Amino acid sequence: MGTLPELFRAWFADRGWAPRPHQLALLGAVQGGASALLVAPTGGGKTLAGFLPSLVDLHENPRPGLHTLYISPLKALAVDIARNLTTPVEAMGLPIRIETRTGDTPANRRARQRVDPPNFLLTTPESLALLLTLPDAAEMFAGLHAIVVDEIHALAGSKRGDQLSLGLARLATLAPGARRIGLSATVAHPAPLRAFLSPTGIATDVALVQGAAGAEPSLDILLPEGRLPWGGHMGLASMPEVYRRIRGAGVTIVFVNTRAQSELCFQALWRLNDDNLPIGLHHGSLTVEQRRKVEAAMAEGRLRAVVATASLDLGIDWGAVDQVVQVGAPKGVSRLLQRIGRANHRMDEASQAVLVPANRFEVIECVAARQAVAAHELDGDPPREGGLDVLCQHILACAVASPFHPDDLYAEILRASPYATLTRKDFDDALRFVEDGGYALQSYERFRRLFRDAEGMIHIRGPAAARQLRMNLGTIVETPLVKVRLRGGPVLGEVEEWFVSTLTAGDCFIFAGQLLRFEGLDALACVVTRGGEGEPRVPAYAGSRMPLTTHLAARVRGILHDPKSWPALPESVREWLRLQQHSSIMPPRDGLLVETFPRGERWFLVAYCFEGRLAHQTLGMLVTKRMERLGMAPLGYLATDYVLACWSAFAPTGIERLFEEDILGEELEAWMAESSMLRRTFRNIATIAGLIEKNHPGQEKSGRAMTMNADLIYDVLRRHEPDHILLRATRREAAAGLTDVARISLLLARARAGGIRHMVLDRASPLSVPALIEEGREWVAGGAQDALLAEAADLVAEATDGADLFNEILANVTEAIPPRGDRDRARRPRDPKRRNARFIRNAPKNLGAPR
Amino acid sequence: MTAAPLHIAGQRLMLDPAGFAIWPAEKLLVVSDLHLEKGSSFAARGSFVPPYDTRETLERLALALRRWRPERLVLLGDSFHDRHGCARLHPSDCAALQRMLGTLAEVVWVLGNHDPEPPVGLPGIAMAEFRRGPFVFRHIADPARGLPPGELSGHYHPKATMPVRAGAVTRPCFLTDGRRLLLPAFGAYTGGLEVRDPAIATLFPRGGRAFLLGPERLYSFPTGPLRGAAREPELAGPSLQSG
Repeated sequence: MGTLPELFRAWFADRGWAPRPHQLALLGAVQGGASALLVAPTGGGKTLAGFLPSLVDLHENPRPGLHTLYISPLKALAVDIARNLTTPVEAMGLPIRIETRTGDTPANRRARQRVDPPNFLLTTPESLALLLTLPDAAEMFAGLHAIVVDEIHALAGSKRGDQLSLGLARLATLAPGARRIGLSATVAHPAPLRAFLSPTGIATDVALVQGAAGAEPSLDILLPEGRLPWGGHMGLASMPEVYRRIRGAGVTIVFVNTRAQSELCFQALWRLNDDNLPIGLHHGSLTVEQRRKVEAAMAEGRLRAVVATASLDLGIDWGAVDQVVQVGAPKGVSRLLQRIGRANHRMDEASQAVLVPANRFEVIECVAARQAVAAHELDGDPPREGGLDVLCQHILACAVASPFHPDDLYAEILRASPYATLTRKDFDDALRFVEDGGYALQSYERFRRLFRDAEGMIHIRGPAAARQLRMNLGTIVETPLVKVRLRGGPVLGEVEEWFVSTLTAGDCFIFAGQLLRFEGLDALACVVTRGGEGEPRVPAYAGSRMPLTTHLAARVRGILHDPKSWPALPESVREWLRLQQHSSIMPPRDGLLVETFPRGERWFLVAYCFEGRLAHQTLGMLVTKRMERLGMAPLGYLATDYVLACWSAFAPTGIERLFEEDILGEELEAWMAESSMLRRTFRNIATIAGLIEKNHPGQEKSGRAMTMNADLIYDVLRRHEPDHILLRATRREAAAGLTDVARISLLLARARAGGIRHMVLDRASPLSVPALIEEGREWVAGGAQDALLAEAADLVAEATDGADLFNEILANVTEAIPPRGDRDRARRPRDPKRRNARFIRNAPKNLGAPR
Repeated sequence: MTAAPLHIAGQRLMLDPAGFAIWPAEKLLVVSDLHLEKGSSFAARGSFVPPYDTRETLERLALALRRWRPERLVLLGDSFHDRHGCARLHPSDCAALQRMLGTLAEVVWVLGNHDPEPPVGLPGIAMAEFRRGPFVFRHIADPARGLPPGELSGHYHPKATMPVRAGAVTRPCFLTDGRRLLLPAFGAYTGGLEVRDPAIATLFPRGGRAFLLGPERLYSFPTGPLRGAAREPELAGPSLQSG
């Protein structure tokens, strides 16, 4: 237990506060230069605890120069912390200068920071990586005393975390004396976080300080008043109740799972908003200015509610949030707790939270989540190996900073825990990749980027590589986005390129809380005007939906399997489950239930896998490929978080063959070639590793900066050098869970061990209904793409009544046929859209700061 | 593999789903925008993309020649990614190319903007424009000089995005209005330009028809007149994404 100097005790006392035990415990733990991890719930004064040892040290031994480096995952958080720290520093008259350094810091201030660094420098992993490439990095960090890593649980296990761990290893070489303090929310596995923080990569070298648990959150489940929906994920049926909750509380955050859902819920709430309550919208595709405006309005108490996505999961402490509403199933316990913690950042008061399931399955999931929260059972991914792509970037960054010897750098990298098991071969391959691409066909030798001197030290050749690296540093790769700009007005945010490519002038869509009409594209943006007629669409974003965690899925299976736990469920759900018991069986806790039944002109196969949508999507591809080989003529499939449903022309038999573990062999190879998910993974890896350049806005036009399509590279590399380091990295990432192949093998093993129960039914079972009415049946790229193109081509031929036969007189029949239109409208029921179109006109024109 | 017949100027052309065209009457195969040695061109600027693009493109070309056994080959320009590309050919690739071209009665290198000079040490003749029968073969379609009965060209790397039930599919494509034919780029590392881009759309004022490439067949769609699109070339093609 550490003791505070008198000045600090007086400051606490003046404000009517007492230092919390974990703040003092951390102070004690790090005295003498040890490193420590503080795990405490939100609202526990964690950040102050992290800085306290540095404040005390500089109070006792004032000295100039960089003393403490603070790293946060969010720019905004760094800025906010700087402001909050200034208060005690000024009140106590401490001789400490505090500055931030992020992508937004002006160049002159950055230059000054290099000459005369502040005592506390607050930054992000990306800015730290940039700092470390500077030639004077060694000098700047030599006297560093402490490193504070905030929200470490949000960084470890991600690629940003990999980059940070390598940066920390570098700092350990430059400033061996610097102790480390990690600050984390409550997590399932603190040991990997300690290892992540450790200067040696060994967990036990970092002390663990546990804050007292906060008050138990109060967690309600809110059902819509009318009938409980069978399907859908938007939760719009519950909006009247949500609105009443907003009206009954001071300040509410309404968390949703996707950006599209946030737009729809926001509109639905405004349609109900007879009291004109100030309700805002916050999601990651809005412009930064728009988001800052909403955050500021929230902090100043000018908003009663904000509809938000994961973009508000982390971040500035607003203090005054009274309740959190989670619309749609929470998908994971840790994330749910994080979100609940946003209400009431005072840890001794219970957080008020409401779960709003959107359909019957989600009710069960919400009940499971509530039980998990009560049992303090967190979910969290076990640690994974660091990415080879991040390693490649780091090696080039090290070469840019100063010459290095490969043996030394390898030893240094092994001390970063994500890379503790890195083989020398992988390291050498990464080094060769940085040098000249590392291809078996050595045709790029004369373009090499690095050279070795007589002592074996590695140098960078020329300044071009350094410039290229600094432009592309970082591990966040954006999908190609197009700005949305109001004609003659501001930019509203960004939507994905493919979405824009499906719009025709006059189409309308909902974005940034407004109904917008698509006018056309100019060089840089998608130009829109307000308003518009017809049925609006909502832009969707790739990979924005979180899959159900393994842990929560196991609880859901447990509830379904055990009728004794059903009293916790509402009556309509119990009735539904009883019907299922009657007409089929319940999915077993272990093993796998597969139902087959005829419907319409085809056969359906529904597998109750409970491994999350991503895993089911991949599994659907593999299973339908196997069905094809077995002559069942599969026609399509869809994946929800709970089940996989396939339909085929012939009755599926011999179900065991479809779920054999060897579908991960041959079929997986075929999937690797076609999967859009894997292509995306490769694109990210190739970008981070520096093979292709990041998209820099507005730069694509200049020919020399033109980047090459990653898909083309993927195809060529897969054919000609399947063992290249970047393909190894792609496969490893697929296997390690980012694309959920790991969960598929888990499921297949469970099916083998527990057995497959195949129920042959004469009609759809009650449990299968939510999947069968699921919107947006998804197809995976590859073979399905061609099936879809053929279908669309046939439709066009049909629509033109055969007059469209192609011959010499083509010029007479080339009037455009609307590429979408009737077909699109037939796909979705009319009414909900019409309703949208009506309520949307009532929405505020400016949702950021209601005036 | 099913090729699609297309009639231009009273002649029958066959469009192959692999992205080239055949003129059976003349036993002529026409292919555009090979962009050989694009990989090494990028490497010279510090982007070490895999060096196998030339090999890949030549293998595709060899396959095309084996399947159709033409007597004549017309390359519609940008056969090399830059003017030094020919000199950078890997010896084995160079030998393969010489073997392939050696079996043909006539090889025509139409010059493009990327390769304005004839290739050195390879069979065939080079010219800015090649005429035969009712057709003119040039690298860049020329709207100014009045339409010949039929024009075949490359340069634009046309690709088209077609909305389907689950998002949109983008593929390289042929584009034609019954007189003019734009060929897709054949090279392994060639991206594409949307047919809605004004650069292409102005060549087809009355609209046209796109034939999207598939592994087994072509998918044909009418394309409307210009609708105010301006896209950058070579952005990653969106695939079936949603979320």
